[in-house]
Amino acid sequence: MLSFIIRRMLALMPVLLLVAAFAFLVLRMVPGDPAAIIAGETATTEQVAEIRQRLGLDQTLARQFVIWISHVVRGDFGESYFFKLPVMDLVLQRIEPTLALGACALMISVVAAVPLGVLAAFRQGSRIDDMVMGLSVLGFSVPGFVLGYALMYVFAIQLEWLPVQGYTRIADGLGPFLARIILPASALAVVYIALIARITRTSVLEVLNEDYIRTARAKGLTEAEVLVRHALRNAAVPILTIIGIGIGLLIGGAVVTESVFAIPGLGRLTVEAVLSRDFPVIQALIVLFSVAYVMVNLLVDIGYAFLDPRIRY
Amino acid sequence: MSMRSPNNPPALALRGLRIALPPGADRSHAVTDANLTVRPGELVCLVGESGSGKSVIAQAVMGLLPKGLRADAGQILLAGTDVLQASPDWLRAARCVRMSMIFQEPMTALNPVITCGRQIDEVLRKHTRLSSNERQRKVLRALEQVQLPDPPRMYTAYPHQLSGGQRQRIMIAMALILDPALLIADEPTTALDVTTQSQILKLIKELQLSHGTGVLFITHDFGVVAEIADQVAVLRLGELVESGPTRQLLGAPCHPYTRMLIGSVPSLRPAHREVNKSGELVLRINNLHKTYTSSGLFQRNRTVHAVSDVSIAIARGQTVGIVGESGSGKSTVARCVARLIDPSGGQVWLGDQEIGQASRRVLRPNRHRIQIVFQDPYRSLNPRRTVEQSMVEGPMYYGVSRDDALGRARRLMELVRLDPQALQRFPHEFSGGQRQRICIARALAMEPEVLIADEAVSALDVSVQKQVLELLDNIRARLNLAVLFITHDLRVAAQICDQVAVMHQGRLVEFGATAQVLGQPRHAYTQSLLAAAPGRNWDFAHAASSAPYT
Amino acid sequence: MIAPENDVQAQTLAMQAPIAARPSLWNKALRNRRVMAGTAILALMLLVAVLAPWLGTVDPALIDVSARNLKPGELLSITLDDGSAVDHTAYFGTDNLGRDVFSRVLYGTRVSLVIGAAVAMISLTIGLVIGLLAGFFRHLDGPVMRVMDALMAIPGILLAITLVAIWKGGMLTVILAIVVPDIPRVVRLVRSVVLSVREEPYVEAAESLGAPTVWLLIRHVLPNTVAPLIVQGTFLCAAAMLSEAALSFLGIGIPPEIPSWGNIIAEGRALFRVHPHNIFYPSIFLALTVLAVNVLGDGLRDALDPKMHKNL
Repeated sequence: MLSFIIRRMLALMPVLLLVAAFAFLVLRMVPGDPAAIIAGETATTEQVAEIRQRLGLDQTLARQFVIWISHVVRGDFGESYFFKLPVMDLVLQRIEPTLALGACALMISVVAAVPLGVLAAFRQGSRIDDMVMGLSVLGFSVPGFVLGYALMYVFAIQLEWLPVQGYTRIADGLGPFLARIILPASALAVVYIALIARITRTSVLEVLNEDYIRTARAKGLTEAEVLVRHALRNAAVPILTIIGIGIGLLIGGAVVTESVFAIPGLGRLTVEAVLSRDFPVIQALIVLFSVAYVMVNLLVDIGYAFLDPRIRY
Repeated sequence: MSMRSPNNPPALALRGLRIALPPGADRSHAVTDANLTVRPGELVCLVGESGSGKSVIAQAVMGLLPKGLRADAGQILLAGTDVLQASPDWLRAARCVRMSMIFQEPMTALNPVITCGRQIDEVLRKHTRLSSNERQRKVLRALEQVQLPDPPRMYTAYPHQLSGGQRQRIMIAMALILDPALLIADEPTTALDVTTQSQILKLIKELQLSHGTGVLFITHDFGVVAEIADQVAVLRLGELVESGPTRQLLGAPCHPYTRMLIGSVPSLRPAHREVNKSGELVLRINNLHKTYTSSGLFQRNRTVHAVSDVSIAIARGQTVGIVGESGSGKSTVARCVARLIDPSGGQVWLGDQEIGQASRRVLRPNRHRIQIVFQDPYRSLNPRRTVEQSMVEGPMYYGVSRDDALGRARRLMELVRLDPQALQRFPHEFSGGQRQRICIARALAMEPEVLIADEAVSALDVSVQKQVLELLDNIRARLNLAVLFITHDLRVAAQICDQVAVMHQGRLVEFGATAQVLGQPRHAYTQSLLAAAPGRNWDFAHAASSAPYT
Repeated sequence: MIAPENDVQAQTLAMQAPIAARPSLWNKALRNRRVMAGTAILALMLLVAVLAPWLGTVDPALIDVSARNLKPGELLSITLDDGSAVDHTAYFGTDNLGRDVFSRVLYGTRVSLVIGAAVAMISLTIGLVIGLLAGFFRHLDGPVMRVMDALMAIPGILLAITLVAIWKGGMLTVILAIVVPDIPRVVRLVRSVVLSVREEPYVEAAESLGAPTVWLLIRHVLPNTVAPLIVQGTFLCAAAMLSEAALSFLGIGIPPEIPSWGNIIAEGRALFRVHPHNIFYPSIFLALTVLAVNVLGDGLRDALDPKMHKNL
């Protein structure tokens, strides 16, 4: 089991390296002299040269990369052009709202979607099935920010049940925290629910066609027993897979949702960084988000090993 | 046998059973007017070719008919109660208690994420009120009864850790643990090797006798019928055409269909074949090796010797067979010779051209001299291209003009006894046997010197198989081809091969004239193969009985 | 031994399949209800896009500060070139700069459709080529898939945002920025099709007949990719429209001079509480179009090959 985990992690190294390389090259891909860009429009030639020297931009690309990586693994991403703070500090400031938002959205999604998908599969061809499938297509089609505004309009503006925007930390009170997080988390969760429900349904249907289900029926089990004791555990693997892959959707959605609901998280930071061309921050975010995505998928892989003995032995 | 007193009600009785198919099928009913009886302690074999409806009957008895199929007439009497009138609750309570079923594919019949012991235990949990200790004891005893080694280890093992034969034993244990009166076995040994099959058949027979179970055994293999059946029923397109005691039906079949079927079963007695004196060796395989290694970071290096030091020679006009069980390496040899995979060592001489180690450039102009016909007729032809397109493709690569290729295609269709007009059709419009003929024709379009048949008749019904084998033999004689015939079926090898090579775990253990290898085998493995062949004492085609020839 | 005939399902299916020419799958696809519904709505949008100038619209960039934030249905006075004034109903109201939202939304249809189609076609083409090569040539497979994995590890919108930040803004940049994260998904799909087809006996048979590799790829493998790719293409198109809207909404997509649905929504953010019509109407159009494409894709997938459910 341990060797399985180690092997998985080693397999990730090349991918992470490639991502790091991409993040590193981002600054170099901008047309023009990197030092001049950092220095800004109004810098003199001496200032540009000074920056070039200070940031080591006059060295070979390979050496620069090595130096950069050696800083990155220690958590040092340099200093933000815009905020004039170390990037890492900036990230740590903004990370909590995003994590809270993501976690809530994830929980809502899984709790809502998996039972819906299972129900749709169990009652395949019925109205419930059609409804679930129909709603899931709708979920894919409505843009996240539109959904955000719609929810905001109905619940916050018209009904005035919940505050419109912003974020309250848990430490400052669970009630206000929940009140502020529920709308953005729901908006974010919708597309995830649609995806998970669909895959759950497909996976369960596929499993129900397997030979061992026929054997289970031949033992005299009821349909419900067949579903719960035999089908679900086997169907879990693809569902887990999609939860892992869908994290990418969550991250992307967070960027937009935070914008709509004015949540001071990493998503907002991304937008601000791009608009002000704050490259150290952009680089850091690329690396961090990718690492997070990769780690989640590693956890998913490990999860497989628990679910499926064929992978363990 | 003593159970068969006339006072005991039959374990199973089918009376006028009729099962309807959904609209749009090629016939209105899957099964019409089936009458069948299985008495306690009796083993009845239900034989038929594909599409005959035999599996449908099995599913109907268990109440597990797929959606769209309905029994619309007749009765299924399980010790007196009509299954067709029973409630779903009654049916569920009856499964594994009064009737059990085991299926064909042991590899997929068990849930991969639950241990074997727990899967058997589930039957007890569902149908009895035994305590967990009692249940465990019962399961372990059941595992012993099916002759599995080390029952406690088997209990905690997962299905993927077991072989196919072992998994089938688990299924049998599951089915018989509550001592049902009826066991339905739907082709349980078809997917197993012949030696494993022989063991499982013995096991089923023993258990049947000791428990007094009535068994309905579905198969397409008459050898199996001869081996274990007390009674036989022959099914054709949903109709029961004949039934009766085994010896009687096999020795003197009444119905023409039964006679045709039995007559199609190849005999294990090697056929007398004309010796071809031309002798020119056209294919020489010298010390062929194929090794697979899997390695990776932090993974143990695993080396598999799929083929070790195999040497075979085939002369023009001769058929040489390679027989063996799965994993023996026989298909790997075929693929190496056809250069679909590259050998790891050794040489393959085609005439005076070495092609085993040759580079792609040298190989290309020689490819057409060896052609191969594959096992699965349903996947050997591109479903999107007409037969004509598939047949002219090959010659056109070698520069033959389209018109010439077309002419060749037409002549070959006639040679394989198909209508040349059918060239315009798509593969799905042909039956399995017809598709296999098309594949043969496609191979012959290349004007090869060597034809490799890789289990080419294994997926065909026995009557179709006979026709295709005759065709192949005919073609070989007419075109003076050298044929390399790969098969797991000793009967087929006995009839069609001049020489036979026996492979076991990648090695060649015996090679010689068919009459000698299959008549008086020298190697222990060959002997065990022959001993395991079901119904080896029956020479079906000549309906000769009991006198063994070994 | 393998005889699928012995399995009841296969038996039933074999008994059901008539031995006659079966109607082309494409005919079946065209008759599918979802395909028809999706195509109908799309056709409508296409018409709107093409006929925008004649559907009661005015110049979408026309600013008239005196007519800002009119409610839907109110009248707007347009001064023509020759100085005369004409009354025009602002069906969807006007925005903060007095621009007619109705006109902007209709013209925005063009942007979205173009982007959706362009992204789908470019992604499919590039992904197809890479996928074919990776699937067919084993020694290419490893490195190519590593790169694809790396691309997929970076969340799509982040990648798109970064690319827009690097290159200058504009239609082409946005299109390419959305294409790049989509390519790995297409490559994966094509590769899986290639890998499964490559094992088919009829491909091996063609190989033993002496077919050169390129021929094998084009004649035998490629046709199997067409159906899944078309279905994937519809989903890519829908996703691209959503991505463009998101990018424009964040201010890093289409330049604000060109009316796109995302832009309109972005501009309407500030006064959302008071004048929701700025966001409402473009959202409806966007959601409807994306829904139509998704439904079309669903229908195509069900009609063309039920086995595709797994991959998509």
